[in-house]
Amino acid sequence: MQWETVIGLEVHVQLNTNSKLFSGAATTFGAEPNAQACAIDLALPGVLPVLNHQAVRLALKFGQAVDAKIARRSIFARKNYFYPDLPKGYQISQYELPIVGQGHLDVVMADDSSKRIGITRAHLEEDAGKSLHEDFQGMSGIDLNRAGVPLLEIVSEPDMRSAKEAIAYLKTLHTLVRYLDISDANMQEGSFRCDANVSVRRHGEEKFGTRAEIKNLNSFRFIDRAIDYEVARQINLIENGGKVVQETRLYDADKNETRSMRDKEEANDYRYFPDPDLLPVEITDDMLEKAKQSLPELPQQKLQRFQNDYQLNRQDALLLTSDIELAHYFESVVESEGVGKNSAKLVANWILTELLALLNKAHLTIKQSPINPTLLAGLIARIADNTISGKIAKTIFAAMWNGEGSADEIIDKQGLKQITDSSAIEKIVDEVIAASPNQLQQYRSGKDKLFGYFVGQVMKATQGKANPQQVNELLRKKLQS
Amino acid sequence: MHNHTLAQLAQQLQQGTCSSEELTRETLRRINEQDEKLNAFITVCEQEALSAAKAADAMRAAGKATALTGIPIAHKDILCTEGVRTTVASRMLSNYVSPYDATCVAQLKAAGAVMVGKTNLDEFAMGSSNENSHFNPCRNPWDPSRVPGGSSGGSAAAVAGRLVVAASGTDTGGSIRQPAALTGVTGLKPTYGRVSRYGLIAFASSLDQAGPLTQTAEDAAMMLQAMAGFDQRDSTSIDQAVPDYCATLNDSLEGVKIGLPKEYFDKIDSRVVETVLTGVEELKKLGASVKEVSLPHTSLAVSAYYVIAPAEASSNLARFDGVRYGHRCDNPKNLEDFYKRSRSEGLGNEVQRRILIGTYVLSAGYYDAYYLKAQKIRRLISQDFQNAFADVDVLLSPTSPTTAFKLGEHAHNPVEMYMTDVNTVAINLAGLPGLSLPAGFIDDLPVGMQLIGNHFTEAKLLNVGHRYQQVSDWHQKLPPTFE
Repeated sequence: MQWETVIGLEVHVQLNTNSKLFSGAATTFGAEPNAQACAIDLALPGVLPVLNHQAVRLALKFGQAVDAKIARRSIFARKNYFYPDLPKGYQISQYELPIVGQGHLDVVMADDSSKRIGITRAHLEEDAGKSLHEDFQGMSGIDLNRAGVPLLEIVSEPDMRSAKEAIAYLKTLHTLVRYLDISDANMQEGSFRCDANVSVRRHGEEKFGTRAEIKNLNSFRFIDRAIDYEVARQINLIENGGKVVQETRLYDADKNETRSMRDKEEANDYRYFPDPDLLPVEITDDMLEKAKQSLPELPQQKLQRFQNDYQLNRQDALLLTSDIELAHYFESVVESEGVGKNSAKLVANWILTELLALLNKAHLTIKQSPINPTLLAGLIARIADNTISGKIAKTIFAAMWNGEGSADEIIDKQGLKQITDSSAIEKIVDEVIAASPNQLQQYRSGKDKLFGYFVGQVMKATQGKANPQQVNELLRKKLQS
Repeated sequence: MHNHTLAQLAQQLQQGTCSSEELTRETLRRINEQDEKLNAFITVCEQEALSAAKAADAMRAAGKATALTGIPIAHKDILCTEGVRTTVASRMLSNYVSPYDATCVAQLKAAGAVMVGKTNLDEFAMGSSNENSHFNPCRNPWDPSRVPGGSSGGSAAAVAGRLVVAASGTDTGGSIRQPAALTGVTGLKPTYGRVSRYGLIAFASSLDQAGPLTQTAEDAAMMLQAMAGFDQRDSTSIDQAVPDYCATLNDSLEGVKIGLPKEYFDKIDSRVVETVLTGVEELKKLGASVKEVSLPHTSLAVSAYYVIAPAEASSNLARFDGVRYGHRCDNPKNLEDFYKRSRSEGLGNEVQRRILIGTYVLSAGYYDAYYLKAQKIRRLISQDFQNAFADVDVLLSPTSPTTAFKLGEHAHNPVEMYMTDVNTVAINLAGLPGLSLPAGFIDDLPVGMQLIGNHFTEAKLLNVGHRYQQVSDWHQKLPPTFE
């Protein structure tokens, strides 16, 4: 394989401040068009921007979490261009002096190896509004609700060498910003947006090849496919004597291809200059310290702790810590009465197999789960104290999902308590053996498989409520003799 | 009544000699009668004015009147006024009504001032003659064939012709001081950051400041008192206490050190120099000492200004695209056509010229050579002033190189027009306060004398101005046809 892929990623993260970066309008998603655009967002004559300091704090938090150099003094710059969803005719961004400088993210790859991906910089800027081209009879509708929402643009070094590495980096970054609670990072709602810079070069070549920027990547799956397509396109182009053009390309998910966005090959000249309406952002030691103190337990730390404290295997721990809400859910259950660390593995299994399966099928997030940690804890407590068997628990779980109440309520209503009374079980075992003389004889002459038949019969006679271990023990005893 | 100062009118109102309603009606009548000679007003808001006047009289009856309560004033049509159109003398905003008041407008309103109308200006404050107005030029009351100066030409002419006792203006490169000089009134550009820019439709963000045009320094002090102050909505406004500007007006000038920057007397009409130096003599008699100083980088100021100001303007005016408000062309074929025609139709020639210059100096390959270089020069110019102020308290110079020029005189040479700003632009580049005072006449045309102070020394400037006006009467002269 003579070709090497080089990928750099730019991620725009919408910060979850209450109001916009430079105005007091609300940032809530999904409001009526233009209901959340004040005079400043509309760029009425005479208005001026005022910095939302919460956005600065969130940027600092991110900077600390990726071990980045923080600029003690950073500048807002105007990026000038004309488009109807950009009311001022310029975007307030940061250019030469971004608030966050060089940092890094350690990414765990699919093969469990760890790779350090560099972060070149992260800066604050305001989002633009939305242009809607359908439903307006040949015209376009402009919704300025999003105009002015704070973004943190995170630029990676071109350190990734495959689509898989790119996805791993993105997932790690996605998890991190949610852990930090600086963004809800919802790709469908546009609060976590990714552009990929892709180029190829021959192995051993030191210089980077010409890169193309790919936009309109709305899901991890699309990103994966888009990168693969683009790499193949570029290699094909070069091998046929062509040259890769530095341009912006849009990914078309339906056709699985990238298309050039440009008519001409001119890059936009944004005429950046420091915004004279805003003061430089000065970061003090105190602010840096507060940002550091505000850091929660980070994904890597939580991963380690889950393995150590809960004796979970790495795979389970990785899955549980991949999302902060899932990790919280898990710990809430473990910390509930009747559960405890000794049942941690049990809890992990129930969440990762049973719960996630139902959530995925119903397209719900863990936060939207009809079974909250208290309910699940109640169920697991009853497994742990032997009130019910694992098999019966599944029935109860389904009932809980349907809103039929807590585990105890369902056990009561349906009479699902496990039978653990040895003499009662023994009685039934004796009855079953007496009722199946042929099978008994076959078993005793060597047909071991028939053991399952006897187990099945006992379970049938007890509506599945007999404790399986005791059934097994008693059957073995009785069948031998 | 029209020849009374603001201070005198305030006293009359206080003493009950007249009511605000009477005063306002008289002002409106005089405007109606006299403005056709000047075209100083773009909008006169009679209803709103009388309503505000009555409210002012009610405030006074309730014992809640303050110094400015009931005084009729005008606002330069670049300051947003809720409910009354703000055109910036442009076709682009000829019907634009702002939903909010500029902060300094609101502060004057809260102080009880009564707005009678919006005054003419060079479009988007770009000009030194008020000839660049979509609503036709404004004329100088001293000679209607001549310009009143700009860009605050309307405000200056209105005060000089005694149509209104005070008016707000804005100054980016001299736009309060130069028209004040050319029309024989007093004009103050405050320190950058002293008066909020919120609601001041932006020309050059790092240079713009709003300030008063009045007959006297005392009147200017009363206006500034209401206009000044920190505003959270303007990140460049300074959180510094506003002193009582009237309290120190009468301070002695003994020991005040005045510097005459030699570069500011250089390319000036010799009779203007002579007139200003006569004023200097008066200040010496009042106890001030005078010495020559140097501001070595002065010759670079106009160039630096005409790089920085258009650059900021090219960006500030990008929002005027016809999408959300303002002039929109008919039947646009596509987005590019929409933008091109809306802006070409809506914006005048000088505005377009400056947008083009500004775009050029910010463009890739030219940014370093022009914009960045100009900002470096700005720092040097600023340093020149700081060096001078280590030595003297105030600087003094002619405000303008000539008296009022004829309409059309510089029409064919924009750079010639730009050079009329030679003594004023550096003050904006350095963010300093500047005060222009009537200092005499040449061939019946007013001459202005400029005082320049260090940051936040408005009180000192007004003090020197006031003491000067106590021993001179230039500020009391009326243009012949306006008596």
